[in-house]
Amino acid sequence: MDARVWGIVIDSFTKLIIPGLTVTIPLTLVSFAIGLLLAIVTALVRVAKVPVASQIAWLYVWVFRGTPLLVQLFVIFFGLPSIGVTIPALPSAVIAFSLNVGAYAAETLRGAILAVPRGQLEAGEAVNMPYVTIMRRIILPQAFRSAFPALFNTFIGLVKDTSLAANITVVEMFMAAQRVVAVYYEPLALYIEVGLIYLLFCTVLTWLQGYCERQLAKHF
Amino acid sequence: MIEIRGVRKSFGGTTVLDGVDLDIPRRNVVTVIGPSGSGKSTLLRILDFLEHADAGTIDFGDGAVDLTSTKSADIRKVRSKIGFVFQNYNLFLNKTALQNVAEGLIYAKGVKADEAKRIAREQLDRVGLADFADRYPSTLSGGQQQRVGIARAVALNPELLVLDEPTSALDPEMVNGVLEVIRQLGSDGMTMLMVTHEMRFAREASDKVVFVEGGSVVEQGSPERIFEHPEQERTREFLSSSNNVLIVPAAGSAGASS
Repeated sequence: MDARVWGIVIDSFTKLIIPGLTVTIPLTLVSFAIGLLLAIVTALVRVAKVPVASQIAWLYVWVFRGTPLLVQLFVIFFGLPSIGVTIPALPSAVIAFSLNVGAYAAETLRGAILAVPRGQLEAGEAVNMPYVTIMRRIILPQAFRSAFPALFNTFIGLVKDTSLAANITVVEMFMAAQRVVAVYYEPLALYIEVGLIYLLFCTVLTWLQGYCERQLAKHF
Repeated sequence: MIEIRGVRKSFGGTTVLDGVDLDIPRRNVVTVIGPSGSGKSTLLRILDFLEHADAGTIDFGDGAVDLTSTKSADIRKVRSKIGFVFQNYNLFLNKTALQNVAEGLIYAKGVKADEAKRIAREQLDRVGLADFADRYPSTLSGGQQQRVGIARAVALNPELLVLDEPTSALDPEMVNGVLEVIRQLGSDGMTMLMVTHEMRFAREASDKVVFVEGGSVVEQGSPERIFEHPEQERTREFLSSSNNVLIVPAAGSAGASS
């Protein structure tokens, strides 16, 4: 690479990292948080086989795991306005990512809940705790710990999947990269650069995962 | 007197309990013995609604409760009177020893946290584990875990303590410590119903021994009667096959009992 390209790469760094830090990361965090809440409710409803709600939860997981994330984004942002529901780009992305992550994480959590030894539930019943309390105090904390690596996996996946929001006009990091490319026309260097920034984000998160797992291991 | 009547249970086509009646006098230790697969554990689990019976009732003296009931009021009423000790301890893995004992007090009985912890410390002390209050179950030996399990059940001040083979998952050197705790509870007046394979313990520490085989009570009575003068041939066969030594009255053990 010649000096001109290096100059472009260096100049572009702030143009990429700023939307990365101000859009990509917050979009990931907010969507994951909402998705996780959704996943907990969905998993619990299915494990407890709550009538009706359990069927709705199954349907939700089926649809959102079985269709492409990009299609979900398009339906929400481009599709819904035709029935009078217009949602701005960023909230559309949050909705799609939350629902998508929620469906995957729900299955992860459901599996983890079912993997908690049955004796844990029975011990809670034997001390006469209500079912919901047993779930909240005993089963979920154990399930969450064993699900943690898989949930974090989903989280790291989401960091990269947020680049799909570029397709519905959200100016996140990848969209920023496309714009810089349009100005300088150095696609190879700039797309590699944005890829490396995603890699940097994910590396930091991988360290964070290791740290969290060591903290969790200190307890029980 | 705690009265258990007509408990029936079958899994698939197999009858596990075929109409079991049992009286548990207050402040007595009743042990249930019998071959594996005779339904002993199932009977105990049914009493605490950990399994659903096909028929049967339990009466603590304030009206019989149907053991087939699925009403949460019935279930919680019975469970509030029973403390259950599991074969595999089943301590809450994400809670310390102290939290294990306090958990039910706080979240089932509504005892304030400070008071619950005070009671929990007292109970851990009683089973000799005061120094292990802040340890997680994974760092405790089987014998220690089972003693926490007993403390957890007793802390709730149950009318009946049910113990489902409390020593059969333990290494041999751990058994005596746990049996000693149970023996002490018995002499403190705790009403207990226990399934065990520890024949010597059953003989020395029980007020009443019940021999169960094939899902029904074959014979019951004082330990002396069951172990020394069993009336039923099946009881004799079981005792001689399970441990010949016990049929011969041991001079030393009579003094050690009671």
